[in-house]
Amino acid sequence: MNIQGPDYRYHTLVVTVENKSGVLARVASLFARRAFNIESLAVAPTDDEMFSRITVVVDLESAPLDQIVKQLDKLVNVVEIRELHPGHAVERELMLVTVSAEPDRRDEIVEHLDRAGGKVLSVGTDRMMLSLVGPSARVDEFEDLLRPYGIVELQRTGRVALATLDDGDGRGR
Amino acid sequence: MATEEMDGGRALIRALENEGVEVMFGLPGGAILPVYDPIIDSSIRHILVRHEQGAGHMAEGYAHATGRPGVAMVTSGPAATNIVTPLCDAYMDSVPMVVITGQVPTGAIGTDAFQECDTTGITQSITKHNFLVTEAQDIPRTIKEAFHIATTGRPGPVLVDIPKDIVDPGNPRSAMTWTDDVTIDLPGYNPQTEVDPEAIRAAAELIRASERPVLYVGGGILKARAADALRELAELTGISVVTTLMARGAFPDSHDLCLGMPGMHGNFTAVTAMQESDLLIALGARFDDRVTGRLDGFAPDAKIIHAEIDPAEIGKVRPPDVAIQGDVRVAIEALVAEFTANGTGDADRDAWRSKLSGWQERFPLAYEPWVPGDPLKPQYVIECLRDGTPDDTIVASGVGQHQMWASQYWKFDHPYTWINSGGLGTMGFSIPAAIGAKVAFPDRMVWAVDGDGCFQMTAQELVTATVENIPIKVALLNNSYLGMVRQWQEMFYEERYSEVFLSKDVPDYKMWAESMGCVGIRVDDPEEVAPAIARANEINDRPVVIDFRVAAAEKVYPMVPSGATNSELLVPPFQQDQPR
Repeated sequence: MNIQGPDYRYHTLVVTVENKSGVLARVASLFARRAFNIESLAVAPTDDEMFSRITVVVDLESAPLDQIVKQLDKLVNVVEIRELHPGHAVERELMLVTVSAEPDRRDEIVEHLDRAGGKVLSVGTDRMMLSLVGPSARVDEFEDLLRPYGIVELQRTGRVALATLDDGDGRGR
Repeated sequence: MATEEMDGGRALIRALENEGVEVMFGLPGGAILPVYDPIIDSSIRHILVRHEQGAGHMAEGYAHATGRPGVAMVTSGPAATNIVTPLCDAYMDSVPMVVITGQVPTGAIGTDAFQECDTTGITQSITKHNFLVTEAQDIPRTIKEAFHIATTGRPGPVLVDIPKDIVDPGNPRSAMTWTDDVTIDLPGYNPQTEVDPEAIRAAAELIRASERPVLYVGGGILKARAADALRELAELTGISVVTTLMARGAFPDSHDLCLGMPGMHGNFTAVTAMQESDLLIALGARFDDRVTGRLDGFAPDAKIIHAEIDPAEIGKVRPPDVAIQGDVRVAIEALVAEFTANGTGDADRDAWRSKLSGWQERFPLAYEPWVPGDPLKPQYVIECLRDGTPDDTIVASGVGQHQMWASQYWKFDHPYTWINSGGLGTMGFSIPAAIGAKVAFPDRMVWAVDGDGCFQMTAQELVTATVENIPIKVALLNNSYLGMVRQWQEMFYEERYSEVFLSKDVPDYKMWAESMGCVGIRVDDPEEVAPAIARANEINDRPVVIDFRVAAAEKVYPMVPSGATNSELLVPPFQQDQPR
């Protein structure tokens, strides 16, 4: 698979970093300083409190993957970088959205939501708050479906990812 | 295991002593005061500078000359920002350096306290790594980590920011327990020095087959202490060598295989050999734009072997055909072993050798001879200095025309005799860098070659040199202009000279030098040049400044115009009719 081909403009890196203050800033400032574009970035501690994991989706139009990985690897606090092939990763994103929903339109919205696999979190007089977890493309689609109803507020997490279990040791490349 | 209760300030100084630090350059101030107190009782010599930029460049000069990490210590806020330029300079030129900065107390961080600045934030992208230490107990380990990072892999500057409360004996937060067995904890830092034998074999195959090979040698050779290995490789294979601005001295200029410096102001043969080569063997070099010229026209027929310690440099600019990632000395020694065992091949390089010698004959480094009535030629001054000083003289230069002339016209026959600011191009580098080198080698002669624009940026450190008894010598090529900028305006801006004329008579450099405790000498005529240098060489109890009044119209040749390919190299007018 040509991971740098036009089909894969966006590439997911799972970066294990030391859980120290300022590390996210180092990663972010490296991307800014080297003019690498970030499509999305999510960060949280791992099961080991010494380390955090950053899932970063990089835009390969701004720089070759090889340079991005090598420059990231030069950061002293970066412990490990896994490149996830787009076809060999489970990727998920969480969206929270508040949408205008007059009582007569709620059934319609819930129908869309059920089809997408989302949840109703709360219902107000003329609004609903929904959540959806899924691959980014599915979240995109659902967001488009909601747009005509009137999105009041929306927050997405950006992608998090792990290698699929059938891919070697299940830890990506 | 021996333990001892102490405060963070004493622990910091002891940690530096344990790293073998003999000298540090710095200037005290509020936040770093507690660390200056134990210096009185320390074996470390402290050189008190007049400006923190000077401390940084001195540490760099010391590191360039010795290969050991230079150490500078300054206070917080404006002192930290003043040392930003040397940090960036050291980062660009891979100079091992550890800079300690004071910081406001941990409780005051983020409050815009007096002399607070976000030092680690500011220096993040211009250091190899930096630390903000928040616990006194962490000081010894952090210092150990800082020196380890600065000196291993691709060397570089490391900054350690130290809040005042963790070093101030009057503050309970400074209490810590010293133990001798501190271990570094850097799970994400593992520089690879070993090389892949497969890559060595592949490189050797390319070299054996090449008819027009060139060894393209960068500053990494000096960082890896690989000059001897390089010479062995060159002599074993008979391949010619170009030494970049950062690698001058890594291979003797007097050697038959030396083609000199490549790049924007490289000599014709070095530039053109690379350009027409079929195989560039890049050793500790990074394909800097000043070397490649316009990239899409650089060495169009050349395959590339790239031996380099920093994986991110491999393929960054020019994709290699064979990459040898690892320590460049290990790589060269492996190549030598491979050629010794299996031969260097039988490629026919006779045509190439005669091409090289033809270029050397037709396009030597040269300048229009002086005729009576002309102002002094700057190149002539460099030649006199070269011929009038001992072989192991260390030359530190500033940035601009004088730097290029010094690099071109000096004959470097020993590694670590040339110190300059290559990547960042920091004007004012030479005087403090020369001081740092002289501190490291008090018995050797150290000359700073400087321009008048540069001199005015850091001359105050000559006061440091006088007071601390560091008798450097300064050859000031004074043309009253920002000379390199003037050259570009003459050549590329239709002689519209915008803000490049400094002043003919102000300052009076002789008086200025004397006021700083130096001997000041002014030279206007060619016949005074050699005697003035001889006189300066006799003076060893104070610094000397020679104000050479040189021609303002003199230009650095050859030159690859910015944006042009190296094939469009401009030679001096009197060589223009020579067949290329």
